[in-house]
Amino acid sequence: MSIHIQNVSKKFGSFQALQDVSLHIQSGELVALLGPSGSGKTSLLRVIAGLETSDVGEILFDGQSMTERHPKERNVGFVFQHYALFRHMTVFDNVAYGLKVRPRKTRPPKAEIKNKVMELLQLVKLENFAERYPTQLSGGQRQRVALARALAVEPKVLLLDEPFGALDAKVRKELRRWLRKLHDDFHITSIFVTHDQEEALDVADRIVVMNNGKIEQIGSPDEVYTNPKSPFVYDFLGNVNLFKGRLHNGKLMHGEFSIDVPNTEAHTEDHAVGYVRPHDIQIEKTNIAGTVPAKVSHIHLLGPIVQIELRREDTEEFLEAELPKEQFINLQLAIGDHVFVKPKQLKVFIPEDFSI
Amino acid sequence: MEQSTFLQKSAPTATKSAALQEPRFVRYTLTAIALLFLSFFIVLPLVSIFAAAFQSGVDVYFAAITHPDALAAIKLTLIVVVIAVPLNAIFGVMAAWALTKFHFKGKNLLLTIVDLPFAVSPVIAGLIFILLFGAQGVFGDWLFANDIKIVFALPGIVLATVFVTLPFVARELIPLMQTQGTSEEEASISLGASGWKTFWYVTLPNIKWGLVYGLILCNARAIGEFGAVSVVSGHIRGMTNTMPLHIEILYNEYQFSAAFAVASIMSIFAIITLIIKDVVAWKSKSN
Repeated sequence: MSIHIQNVSKKFGSFQALQDVSLHIQSGELVALLGPSGSGKTSLLRVIAGLETSDVGEILFDGQSMTERHPKERNVGFVFQHYALFRHMTVFDNVAYGLKVRPRKTRPPKAEIKNKVMELLQLVKLENFAERYPTQLSGGQRQRVALARALAVEPKVLLLDEPFGALDAKVRKELRRWLRKLHDDFHITSIFVTHDQEEALDVADRIVVMNNGKIEQIGSPDEVYTNPKSPFVYDFLGNVNLFKGRLHNGKLMHGEFSIDVPNTEAHTEDHAVGYVRPHDIQIEKTNIAGTVPAKVSHIHLLGPIVQIELRREDTEEFLEAELPKEQFINLQLAIGDHVFVKPKQLKVFIPEDFSI
Repeated sequence: MEQSTFLQKSAPTATKSAALQEPRFVRYTLTAIALLFLSFFIVLPLVSIFAAAFQSGVDVYFAAITHPDALAAIKLTLIVVVIAVPLNAIFGVMAAWALTKFHFKGKNLLLTIVDLPFAVSPVIAGLIFILLFGAQGVFGDWLFANDIKIVFALPGIVLATVFVTLPFVARELIPLMQTQGTSEEEASISLGASGWKTFWYVTLPNIKWGLVYGLILCNARAIGEFGAVSVVSGHIRGMTNTMPLHIEILYNEYQFSAAFAVASIMSIFAIITLIIKDVVAWKSKSN
């Protein structure tokens, strides 16, 4: 089912949670709403589910307006951040709930409900836990019960609010891959909210980056990561080095750096900021064109990746670089070494009132 | 062998280490003071009620509690309880639901109003109803014209009791429902359940024990309420006297044995209520 979100705004008291948000999600997509806390991502999810009503704007499912529809009529599966399992019911009853509360006319017979629930519990690998209560389960198991419960009513849209937020790193990775597979098997449209960029980049078809109740950028994980449209997106998706300098004749001037920036020949700005990812910092042992001298101040070995902290000798500023281990070994770097660095790739933004 | 090591292991968690314990004489002294205090202020009066009740013999005791006026008082008290407690259950659940599951303006005001009967003296509560429904009251003429009796009759007594016991259920449920939040209800609604089904299958089971606990407290107060009921009842023997009022009348007439006999019945009610309360508290904990 496709979802159209048209010019949705929502205020909580004086707090503007959503500001003129428009978004089109295609049928069968897995979309991540990514942003820091307070960015409006959960509010948007709740507006789609009908748990919150928007002040302005429309929500359409397959072109049909849902704005006035009660959440129980929207046929949306919602997985809550802290699972919201019914604590006084067994796992079986939790999953069966959505079928049991249907009006008598549409309610499936008992045996059918039982089959369906057991089928779902097999799917989430909890068939042996049917008689347990939520308090007797681990976080990952509860999460899977919550998913099974949401899927029991055969929703056309699955909405997940920070689905893996409360789980430890390993379980989280497993579960999100599993969610991806589930999404593909069920031919469902899914939206999940997260503040974890790695999670979003890992499983989503498209990422919607949100900040201050507005959408900053929409794109594929690769697009959003390698080609951020705003300083915020750059900063939020991964680490970044800032070069706060001057833009002149198509070059960014900063300390001894003079870096070519394409398509900016017409601009002259006194305040421009260059954004460079740590893995886009090139480290050389010899002085080649365009580099500045720097001193290695820290080396962190993180498995296959090596993080290197450098102190520039021209501006005394710190830089963060990342190298594959192999390259690090070839360079034979040690703390205190004098090296030469330059950005392989950078993106320049003219700050409006954005500051870090 | 297995068992003994298990016991050794579990022992330190059951009792605190010596360093964290008070010296023995401090513990014993504190316990003794507490026991002495309790026996002096609670056990002794309770025993003396029963002693005084049976002072003039068992015959007098049974004569007192089977006297038509006493039976009428017991009956009236039970009628009031049977009406007031369910009313409070309904109001308490609704108020707690509204105050914890919704956001609206004036929420704090409503919270304060729920607490009002705790702050107002019961006598004043009774007077309010006299002022509203008495012969000289706001609705007095209209009630008289339509031949409806509120004060000095059962409706007045029920009103006064409901007023005084109003906060018990709501106060018990509000903190409970606040900690439970609204996400289970939201989950229920997103799964297609109506508001009523959500309340019945999700909210009510979650607040069940808190509700029962609140009702027991409410019940105890409804049986024992004196001040507010005293003002609105009119003290008509065999008609509008509840148990506490009947006891007062007997006492004022120097029928001490009879007064204490009825008082002992009330005490038994109170003790039964306390036992039920403890069972409920224990059950809700084990759930």
